[in-house]
Amino acid sequence: MKYTPVIGLEVHVELKTKSKMFCGCSADYFGKEPNTYTCPVCLGLPGALPVPNKKAIEWCIMIGLALNCEIPLFSKFDRKNYFYPDLPKGYQISQYDQPFCINGFVELEGVKLKHPEGVKLSVKLKKKIRIRRVHQEEDTGKLIHQTINGEKVSLIDFNRSGVPLVEIVTEPDFESAEEVKEYLQKLQQIVRYLGVSNADMEKGEMRLEPNISLRSNNTNTTNTTNKPISNKDLPLYKVEVKNINSFRFVEKAIDYEIKRQSEILDKGETPKQETRGFVEASNSTVLQRSKEEAADYRYFPEPDIPPFRWNESQISNLKSQMPELPDSKRARFEQDYKLSPYDAEILTRERPLADYFENAVIDGKKFGVTEKEITNYLINKKPNIEELLLAQLIQTIVQSSQIADIDEEKLNELIDKVLKENPKAVEDFKKGKESVIMYLVGQVMRNFTKRIDAEKIKASLLAKLK
Amino acid sequence: MDLNKLTIKKAKEGLKRKDFSSVELTKACQKAIKQTDHKLNVFITLTEDEAIKNAEKADKLIASGQDLPLLGIPIALKDMFSTKGIETTAGSNVLKGYIPPYDATVVTKLKNAGAIIIGKTNQDAWAHGSSGENSDFSPTKNPWNPEYVPGGSSSGSAVAVAINMALAATGTDTGGSIRLPASFTNTVGLKPTYGRVSRYGIVAMASSHDSIGHFTKTVEDSAIFLGVTAGKDEKDATASDLEVPDYTKNLQNRIKTLRIGVDPEFHSKHIESESVSLLAKAYNTIKNLLESDIVPDISLPHSKHATACYYIIQPSEVSSNLSRYDGIRYGNGRKNFGQEAKRRIILGTHALSSGYYDQYYNKASQVRTMLINDFKKVFENVDAIIAPVSPTPPWKLGEKVDDPLKMYLSDIFTVTANLTGLPALSIPIGFTKNGLPVGMQIIAPHFSEEILFQIGHAFEQATQNEDWRQKEPNL
Repeated sequence: MKYTPVIGLEVHVELKTKSKMFCGCSADYFGKEPNTYTCPVCLGLPGALPVPNKKAIEWCIMIGLALNCEIPLFSKFDRKNYFYPDLPKGYQISQYDQPFCINGFVELEGVKLKHPEGVKLSVKLKKKIRIRRVHQEEDTGKLIHQTINGEKVSLIDFNRSGVPLVEIVTEPDFESAEEVKEYLQKLQQIVRYLGVSNADMEKGEMRLEPNISLRSNNTNTTNTTNKPISNKDLPLYKVEVKNINSFRFVEKAIDYEIKRQSEILDKGETPKQETRGFVEASNSTVLQRSKEEAADYRYFPEPDIPPFRWNESQISNLKSQMPELPDSKRARFEQDYKLSPYDAEILTRERPLADYFENAVIDGKKFGVTEKEITNYLINKKPNIEELLLAQLIQTIVQSSQIADIDEEKLNELIDKVLKENPKAVEDFKKGKESVIMYLVGQVMRNFTKRIDAEKIKASLLAKLK
Repeated sequence: MDLNKLTIKKAKEGLKRKDFSSVELTKACQKAIKQTDHKLNVFITLTEDEAIKNAEKADKLIASGQDLPLLGIPIALKDMFSTKGIETTAGSNVLKGYIPPYDATVVTKLKNAGAIIIGKTNQDAWAHGSSGENSDFSPTKNPWNPEYVPGGSSSGSAVAVAINMALAATGTDTGGSIRLPASFTNTVGLKPTYGRVSRYGIVAMASSHDSIGHFTKTVEDSAIFLGVTAGKDEKDATASDLEVPDYTKNLQNRIKTLRIGVDPEFHSKHIESESVSLLAKAYNTIKNLLESDIVPDISLPHSKHATACYYIIQPSEVSSNLSRYDGIRYGNGRKNFGQEAKRRIILGTHALSSGYYDQYYNKASQVRTMLINDFKKVFENVDAIIAPVSPTPPWKLGEKVDDPLKMYLSDIFTVTANLTGLPALSIPIGFTKNGLPVGMQIIAPHFSEEILFQIGHAFEQATQNEDWRQKEPNL
């Protein structure tokens, strides 16, 4: 490939606080009758004032901490001024130059290194994606375009107006759609672990805006060291893509852009800096707004909300309230329960399953059920943990692992039959290839539906072979 | 005596003694409104029937022995204050017909204190103006001479109190909008400390400057009124949770040990000569009440930049605050904005534009901080500062309308308190030979309204028998 993709990502996460960001209205607006969750504040009525939601700010900072960010001790809200009918105040309360969280990172696990000659290596190298900032803002209302009595109308539902959003902005450290996808999965997992958002893409609780450009590999800026590239080496343009509502589409959009931009670069031209929209039907992107049309948001400090001055103990207090995060939980599962990385990853993918597993281990001990047995059951049988009580789980495992009583006579007949059918194995054993015995044990066990004691079969086999 | 001429203090005493009823008092105010409102354009909306109904309720409460700070007292509200079910226009055609679904916090507090709302007063549209002439509902005229402006932007509220249409009236002061009209109408006007009174429900002009105050006939009434309106509000993040003192309690405290300084601008050559001599006389009266002859030296090196600084930050905030008035959810379309609002939207939008932000808004914010520090230093040595309110007495209607810069300069002595958030009180000090009122302002440290009231009250007592105190507008 002649070009290396340079990709950054802006992600909006809707918090699941009880009330909205700046008023007391319920934030649980999804699917509710339009304009029933509103008040003077989120409707932008004359004289209404915003009062920040403390819980939302704490959660924003927790997200920042989970993404290894620094939390500056001074922060403030700003007004982002622009006109749109779904923005009742004519400005969005957001954060501009002094966000709650800055300079974090997320570590990706699965960057497969490709050998230049195409030889596949199984080496995975960890890669850091730098987080530029995590800031707090508010959501807008929603426009609904309809035809009523033959007339085309645009209706506005303000139920979503003022719902808390957290925006997470990365540096342009991604080089492929796969990396972006892994990052998004991690991010989604982290906010779910923190319990601050359901991050359900279909409900718009998580929204993605990648920015994509290409760097030529012919320049000496080729990124062979897997380290972040400096700003001066970035391409002179970037293309932002909006309207993406699934992880799959973000991959499609990135792949489409890589192809589109490559073709322009191949012709010796530079792609234009612009905002494009993703079109699901064609898996492509179309121009929305060129650089010249970019808005001047006229940011200035929000005078209605005093700035924030934290002290260290407030931040460390928040840190102490945070649950164990996926990465450390996975590492702990591997170590404490002697799980394989694969098993640990599956069990920690979602916090409820991880918690269920750990509780099962505690309960299981009393009945001699091992961690491995619980792991196997949860991973292979995939029970509905919301319905399966812990006691039932343990009981099921205990029952299935009980060794059935074997009729001695029947066992003897079976062993004779197996030995007769496997003369080669018997011969090998007698020549001293003792490992063959386990093969024979397996052949015997196949004839039983219940679980039986392998040691006992082995002993009987050995007695006959001597 | 006409009941409507009473102060809040006297009216409360009379109501308590059952000398007269709240209904009678309210009707006396309504009579005054009927007689002169058509000449002076004081009110935009009257709430006649509702006022009488509420007065009847108040009378019942009084009869049952209830005692609330403003029980049965008729007051007027500037049309910036959201009133549930009562049209609230902010003096602009943009909001003509807009009926708020909620009360401003201050309105709730006034209602809970038993006040009777008799109507919504005229004002410069969006509180933009120093003369009242920017109202989309015809300019209010000065009762002392209807050819002259009453000062703005809280023009209607000032006049309502000056000619006894209400016992008190609310106002908003973003750059002098209470103090200037108070000084032009012979009323007492208070601009409290920023954050002392909740802004929730009051149409925002420039959010970091807006101070919610009132007009009264006496300093004591001003103290009573602030006792009702001040205090924290869960709906306003900038409202202070500092405890509200009983402002009337220490009113009588003698001021002799106070250290009172004089704003260097007191001797400014920009001040018209008749005002200078009235100010000098008033200052002498106050000085005679003090123990020490020493006049503390005051230096405010950055105050000369205050107006420039104000006319950057204020329009910036205005341009953002007015953007919600798009006519989509309520009110009327943007074409209804008047000249002055458009001027400020353009000024503010420019000052905040990328590439200009640093040299305008940012620079002005830095100067603002220096100004705050200037005053901090000054208040290490003095308890209060006295200063002029306006460089000139009231001017004629139409005189400055076509010259916005001239109009802006009438705020040069008042904007400082807004930029710094300091409390300031405008008190009447006399009349020009032409019979036009002149006022003086007292400025104190943050949340020291008590000092303002003490000095103002002492001055009132010392001058109560002077001839000018007996003057009444000739209508």
